[in-house]
Amino acid sequence: MATTRQTINRREFFSYLSVGWITFAAATGGMLSLIFRFLYPNVVFEPAMDFIAGRPDDFNDGVDERWKDVFGVWIYRNEGKLVALSNICTHLGCVPTWLPAERKYKCPCHGSGYYANGINFEGPAPRPLERYKVGLDAQGRIVVDKTKIYRYEKGEWTHPDAYINV
Amino acid sequence: MKELINIIADPIYSFSIVIALFLLSIKYIKFVGSKKFFWIALGGSAIFTVWAAQDKNFWAIITWPDNIPISILLISMGWLTWYAIYKGVNNDARTEKGEPPLEGTPENREKVWAWPNLVYTEMFTIIIGTAFLVVWSILFKAPLEEPANPTWAPNPAKAPWYFLGLQEMLVYFDPWMAGVLLPGLIIVGLIAIPYIDMNPKGNGYYTFSERKFAISSFMFGWLVLWIFLIIIGTFLRGPNWSYYGPFEYWDAHKVVAANNINLSEILWIKWLGMPLPKNILLREFLGLALTLIYFAVAPYYLTKKVFNFKGKLGKWINGGQLGGYLKSMGYIRYSIMVMLMLTMMTMPIKMYLRWFINLKYLVFMPEFEFNI
Repeated sequence: MATTRQTINRREFFSYLSVGWITFAAATGGMLSLIFRFLYPNVVFEPAMDFIAGRPDDFNDGVDERWKDVFGVWIYRNEGKLVALSNICTHLGCVPTWLPAERKYKCPCHGSGYYANGINFEGPAPRPLERYKVGLDAQGRIVVDKTKIYRYEKGEWTHPDAYINV
Repeated sequence: MKELINIIADPIYSFSIVIALFLLSIKYIKFVGSKKFFWIALGGSAIFTVWAAQDKNFWAIITWPDNIPISILLISMGWLTWYAIYKGVNNDARTEKGEPPLEGTPENREKVWAWPNLVYTEMFTIIIGTAFLVVWSILFKAPLEEPANPTWAPNPAKAPWYFLGLQEMLVYFDPWMAGVLLPGLIIVGLIAIPYIDMNPKGNGYYTFSERKFAISSFMFGWLVLWIFLIIIGTFLRGPNWSYYGPFEYWDAHKVVAANNINLSEILWIKWLGMPLPKNILLREFLGLALTLIYFAVAPYYLTKKVFNFKGKLGKWINGGQLGGYLKSMGYIRYSIMVMLMLTMMTMPIKMYLRWFINLKYLVFMPEFEFNI
């Protein structure tokens, strides 16, 4: 039988093995933490989820588009009520356009149409536009909170936070 | 003339016209597969294109950078479809005379080497394809737009050209149906074809008369329900996804009456003069019942009248042979085939319901995001 040359003993083998595994785990963990960090960018170009929309007297009756480009919200005031409408089509999430001449919101993707108050009447949209939470702060300014939505088909439009009386 | 084309190109009419043309070409397939038809069609469409291109609205829509690949697609689709029909009809005539199909003759069954025969052809295809893409990218600017903005969408907002058929389906359906279920079934159905269709006829050679049902049902789904919808979505949909004729100016303020209502509203409010019931199942029972009836009665009818080769249509499908698909395919394959067929036909049914009775949804349950 040939003699085996022993260059590494059992104890050394285990210490090399530990170093190898620790290096591997550290590398993998470092890589994963980089990926995880990548999910949270330093600067987010997203509008805030809540904003102050101004005083109720700033708005005339009808649809107001001043916050649409920044926050994606239409302010609609009618019959003493002021609501904040989402500008996301309930069909497939496109961005409808407000057509002042036709007095309707019209989606450019599949042709869904909504009345000024957000009720759907044409095209494939299955339900009306969603409304955001609106309220008044201590100075009497309108606060729109986009994290809370109110859906018509669930009967939520009568909720006190879904509109403000003006 | 242009006004007439603008009117009949509206999918309300043109969809029926295309279905009629499709059925006619199935009926007179021998004429469609002749060289005479090819020259008539080529000459006719060339004359039409030259005449129509003089119109600035038509010219603007076909030379829009997004639409050029679709024009190429249409030309190559027409050519390839005709060529396959031509070869099939040719082989059918040979079979009638008792000769083997052209692909089965001894000189065509001879085997050749991949190199140089195949590789040589492939190399030339690659060179020509690359040259074509280089020339195209030099001649036409890429249709790039401004950076994406979550609060604004272009009007009309169009999907990539290969998805415009899907986008057109979404006009008539809820996104769960036309965006998830139907595309899923299209993919699963296409994958399932080799497992459902065990008929060895047509393997390795072109034919039409031996595979009438397979070819015509596939071509209906492909040409009428996919390619034609891509054509509508590409060339005939303008601002607000409204219909615009091929010679019509894209006026964003065109007034289109597109009001539509649900079946439950037609039933309870219009016919019975009552408010909608609170109970969802009671409210939607008519739509649910119609859907169930469709998926229960139609298979019964098809099995009894068509797919056992007994009725008129059934005799046409298989030349009056005995038996039937249920027997030759087996129960499971047969039911899957019938269900896929029926699901495909819900598409034209829903389109006609929208056009003729302004129906929005047969079953309308926004509470559960379930609308048919």
